[in-house]
Amino acid sequence: MHELSVVMSIIEIATTQMEGADASEIEEIELEIGALSGVEENSFEFAWKQAVRNTPLQNAVRKINHIEGLATCLDCMIDFSITQLYDACPVCGGHFLNIKKGKELKVKSLVVN
Amino acid sequence: MCATCGCSADGSVTMHVPGQENNHDHNHGHDHSHSHGKKIVDVEQDILQQNNLLAERNKGYFDAKNILALNLVSSPGSGKTTLLEKTLADLKGQLTFAVIEGDQQTTNDADRIHATGTKVTQINTGKGCHLDAHMVLHAIQGMKPKNDSVLFIENVGNLVCPAMFDLGEKERVVIISVTEGDDKPLKYPDIFFTSTLCIINKIDLLPYVPFSVEKVKENARKINRNIHIIEVSCTTGAGLQEWYDWLKSKVLAPETV
Ligand SMILES: Nc1nc2c(ncn2[C@@H]2O[C@H](COP(=O)(O)OP(=O)(O)OP(=O)(O)O)[C@@H](O)[C@H]2O)c(=O)[nH]1
Ligand SMILES: [Mg+2]
Ligand SMILES: [Zn+2]
Ligand SMILES: [Zn+2]
Ligand SMILES: [Zn+2]
Ligand SMILES: [Zn+2]
Repeated sequence: MHELSVVMSIIEIATTQMEGADASEIEEIELEIGALSGVEENSFEFAWKQAVRNTPLQNAVRKINHIEGLATCLDCMIDFSITQLYDACPVCGGHFLNIKKGKELKVKSLVVN
Repeated sequence: MCATCGCSADGSVTMHVPGQENNHDHNHGHDHSHSHGKKIVDVEQDILQQNNLLAERNKGYFDAKNILALNLVSSPGSGKTTLLEKTLADLKGQLTFAVIEGDQQTTNDADRIHATGTKVTQINTGKGCHLDAHMVLHAIQGMKPKNDSVLFIENVGNLVCPAMFDLGEKERVVIISVTEGDDKPLKYPDIFFTSTLCIINKIDLLPYVPFSVEKVKENARKINRNIHIIEVSCTTGAGLQEWYDWLKSKVLAPETV
């Protein structure tokens, strides 16, 4: 359940930013989570509910931008979408890939008060 | 706030050195004074940044002291501690070793390492299911591994989250045993994606289990074309020389700038 660690880090980042902005409340938080980031959605949801209690994120509206996986085949140099790290290149069937998108795990922005 | 590193930490993590008592706790309190007015804050911050910064710090420490740090990851019971016991005994006098053991509870693994005469620190993560760079930072502060040594970091038995947490290691070594099924790489791709060496352990049991070494290699290479694979048995000693050769090649490798 590293999702709990992930949520704890989000709380820490958000709290620091809120304090830096001289605010006392977080109304909204925008996250970016890639399909290949290793964060499992149900576990994340569960961890979030547990962890945000009694933190500035308790009542915050959470927006998640899901980023799909995108890879380049280093043999064919074509881009294609992937859902798993072991997906094969649709042209050559190879697995020599460079992951371009999908690994994101970010706090994008906050609305604070 | 942890004064030494300026980072926050889970207060349930404890450190033990066999033969010594030594607990490390963190308390995090702060006061606030806030003013009002709605604002949008552009954060754009990587959620793992805190861990990655501390991992960089560990890495700097290892590089400065020419320490080869290896992060050993596997499912529970694949044979991480057994492989270390063998290695520490067989290469005694040839290389200098230190070990960090990560487990949720008990100092059993550290006690096993201690019995070989090697410097060891046990990290108990409590409910935590992986080591992070912060825990390792504190462990190395306490143990002060020697220059030019090999530091083994045995992670908590878990193939999922250790993949996300860089400890500052030079190489990540994933160990699987033949009783776990040859589709393991496909089930836990992240750990194979981020490892440079895969050790297939318990090959002495191959006659008794339906496990294809070829299949597991093929699966691992679907995820990581460059992963190096070594087959061993800690029980019979088969293949261990190849592992020792790999290890020595890493120690002797000159830094390429
Ligand atoms: N047959 C056989 N058994 C082995 C081999 N290597 C380890 N074992 C056994 O596997 C069991 C688990 O080994 P450990 O070394 O404790 O495994 P671990 O990965 O350190 O386990 P955790 O720290 O609990 O995750 C022990 O009973 C070992 O004796 C091997 O090569 N062959
Ligand atoms: Mg162990
Ligand atoms: Zn291709
Ligand atoms: Zn600390
Ligand atoms: Zn505050
Ligand atoms: Zn974990």
